[in-house]
Amino acid sequence: MDALDLARWQFGITTVYHFVFVPLTIGLSPLVAIMQTAWVRTGNERWLRLTKFFGKLLLINFAIGVATGIVQEFQFGMNWSEYSRFVGDVFGAPLAMEALAAFFVESTFLGLWIFGWDKLPKRIHLACIWAVAVATTLSAFFILAANSWMQHPVGTTFNFETGRAEMTDVVAVLTNPTVLAAFPHTVAAAFLTAGTFVAGIAAWWMVRLARSGQADKARDVYRPAVVLGLVTMLVSGAGVAVSGDWQAKLMFQQQPAKMAAAEGLCESQDGAPFSILAIGDLTNDCAGVRHLVELPGVTSYLATGDFSAPIRGVEELQEHYARWISDWEEENGVPPTFDEDTRFYPNLAVTYWSFRLMIGLGAGSAALALAALWLLRRKGSVTDRPWFATLGLAAIPTPFLASAFGWVFTEMGRQPWIVAPNPDASGVDGVWLLTARGVSEVVSPGMVVFSMVGFTLLYGVLMVVWFRLMRRYAVEGVADTERDPSPEAAPPADDDADGTTRPLSFAY
Amino acid sequence: MDLPVIWFLLIAVLWTGYLVLEGFDFGVGMLLAVLPRGDRARREKERRLLINTVGPVWDGNEVWLLTAGGATFAAFPEWYATLFSGFYLPLFLILLALIVRVVAFEWRGKIDDDRWRAWADRALMVGSFVPSLLWGVAFANLVRGVELDADHQYVGGFLALLSPFALLGGLVTLSLFLTHGAVFLAMKVDGDMRERAATFASRSSVVTLVAAGTWAVWAQLAYSVAWTWAAVLVAAAALLTVVRATRARREGVAFTASAVAIVAAVVLIFGSMFPAVMPALDPANSLTVENASSTDYTLTVMTWVAAVLTPLVLLYQGWTYWVFRKRLTLEHIPEATGLTFARVTSRS
Repeated sequence: MDALDLARWQFGITTVYHFVFVPLTIGLSPLVAIMQTAWVRTGNERWLRLTKFFGKLLLINFAIGVATGIVQEFQFGMNWSEYSRFVGDVFGAPLAMEALAAFFVESTFLGLWIFGWDKLPKRIHLACIWAVAVATTLSAFFILAANSWMQHPVGTTFNFETGRAEMTDVVAVLTNPTVLAAFPHTVAAAFLTAGTFVAGIAAWWMVRLARSGQADKARDVYRPAVVLGLVTMLVSGAGVAVSGDWQAKLMFQQQPAKMAAAEGLCESQDGAPFSILAIGDLTNDCAGVRHLVELPGVTSYLATGDFSAPIRGVEELQEHYARWISDWEEENGVPPTFDEDTRFYPNLAVTYWSFRLMIGLGAGSAALALAALWLLRRKGSVTDRPWFATLGLAAIPTPFLASAFGWVFTEMGRQPWIVAPNPDASGVDGVWLLTARGVSEVVSPGMVVFSMVGFTLLYGVLMVVWFRLMRRYAVEGVADTERDPSPEAAPPADDDADGTTRPLSFAY
Repeated sequence: MDLPVIWFLLIAVLWTGYLVLEGFDFGVGMLLAVLPRGDRARREKERRLLINTVGPVWDGNEVWLLTAGGATFAAFPEWYATLFSGFYLPLFLILLALIVRVVAFEWRGKIDDDRWRAWADRALMVGSFVPSLLWGVAFANLVRGVELDADHQYVGGFLALLSPFALLGGLVTLSLFLTHGAVFLAMKVDGDMRERAATFASRSSVVTLVAAGTWAVWAQLAYSVAWTWAAVLVAAAALLTVVRATRARREGVAFTASAVAIVAAVVLIFGSMFPAVMPALDPANSLTVENASSTDYTLTVMTWVAAVLTPLVLLYQGWTYWVFRKRLTLEHIPEATGLTFARVTSRS
């Protein structure tokens, strides 16, 4: 492997790893905020207990998301410095905005929320977790705006003198149709992840308590949690589907090779089918693909809303891109950036299967949602069916995996581009970059191997610790009672007045 | 003043925020190895006392680094690209350190077990030590100048970053953050620990004065410009104030002084580089505020964003420090609430 492959593997490992934790943080922060809001508004202690329980899980998860996020901010410069030079004028802006507008809010108000239970008035303290929730979502917007620009560059021109992309319209970058579709899709998926997480854990506990004669506690605490998770799953599940459909339609226009590869569609076709099962050999060649089960016309329908619309296959797209880019380079006197071996479409097997796994893994959440709808359909009912507990636990990892495959699909599917050419008629001339040209020139393969081994080993250990902590705290369950820690309930003891010192309500 | 210069100054401000704020929580992290005394239970409680002085704020402090990184990317892409690819291994080590440090803060109290806490403490100490040393090494290299080729690529290799001047720079930030952390603790805790922290600070500030003084004079004579002598004098006066104020147990004054010393160091570093952002050994190859910067359009957009948001950040971060302004004592530290990994028996 050369430095390019190594740098790609490293980016894949660190990014997919980071994104294991991020969806749960994005989705669970607002759910915890909703629980705490319910407590503040109703005064019902059950919601305080749930807030504390899911709050601890949120914090365990938050920490590792923050820790691995630092790498994200730095590795563009470390491993992808030529990319950074090329795009910095455009791509750096949303990153800096993310830090200024989102990270500061997130980190500061999370500290206030963790340590401020007995120091801040109830409503101010509640506002802190809402600030965290809003900031995590805002952070997602900015980073997705940056990523969407790589998928579909807008608001930019190519400077022939410097050979760099330059921003001309920040509003266009932040309202890129690609981010307007990717943002709801990613955030809805994050809510689906958190909804499944909350419902899954609460379902397991509900069954466990119901079977040990504590149906009252199951009804009092865990049923509301399952219902909250269920409603979240239903709403966000619909959101994922609708936004995903929108995204796919955009992608057929913006990155036709990605979608053609996702369907294993080699030859252009009218009324292209949706492939249910295809097999191929490992050459990643069109000649090796055999379609076994197909739904006729469905790909055309997904792309355009018309079952018989023509869809371009990768062979036609290969010729199209090769001609387009070389014509442009010739016309503008730019030295050729590719040769005849360059493939202008991504790895067929990876895109095909990651696309299907992303969609198929949604079944986990759907099954849990349907089961919960059926079993808990009567007001105040609980269930003691063991399979419901098993289903709850089994469903939890599925949206995490779906998100990971979604990112593998969208990033691998963009290849061979690190910045994909914008095909719109109004598109951006010259603003594209092959991944091979984005990698750092001064970083040797040995250095990349060294850092990759270091990150991977550390990440492996942290994953195990994270999992054990999450499991341990989930198994502990919701506390039987929880004292109202707010200053309204117990005014802070004045150290100077009576000379007594009360312990902090929370300390590390 | 033109936009690239404004952004050069703004990035200096972001680094100042980072080093002043994270500087003391790095110091506190390292002092976990030094200050706690007594039997095992007592030491553990004292360690928690130290950790909780920075508990609510360390994460917000660290974001100043992410913002400095993001701002460099947006405003000076060439600087970001050359610096981060060129200083690859030191940055990699800093990243590992910061990762283990973050999770150790949050996870330490989650499990009530001595071995667990011992691991977390190691992560906090090493995770604070490594960046404290390496940030100094990195900045000293920027002051000294590095080997860039005509394409502004760093071609010096890793070992070239470890010159005596750079290593001394590392010792300067290390001792500076230790002192800054000790002064912060003296200001934030009460009882025995306050005494110990102040005593430590009064000694380490002398060491800092000697190390920083040597390094700064070296920097002035070999690499800097005349006007930054002013920063050197301010730093020297500030560190002397730290020595005197800690002896007099005037912690607020001492903390302000050590913060001023860090500000002066940043002024010296950035002042010596200007108008380069990354001086090359052959000045013709230097990256400068002009040839490394983004377009005027991008800088204008980012100036508006920064002008609106930075005051807000200062406001709510300042408020956090106000909310958690009280001194902590051992009596404030509650019983450990962590669980254990021992098999959970059914609670029914």
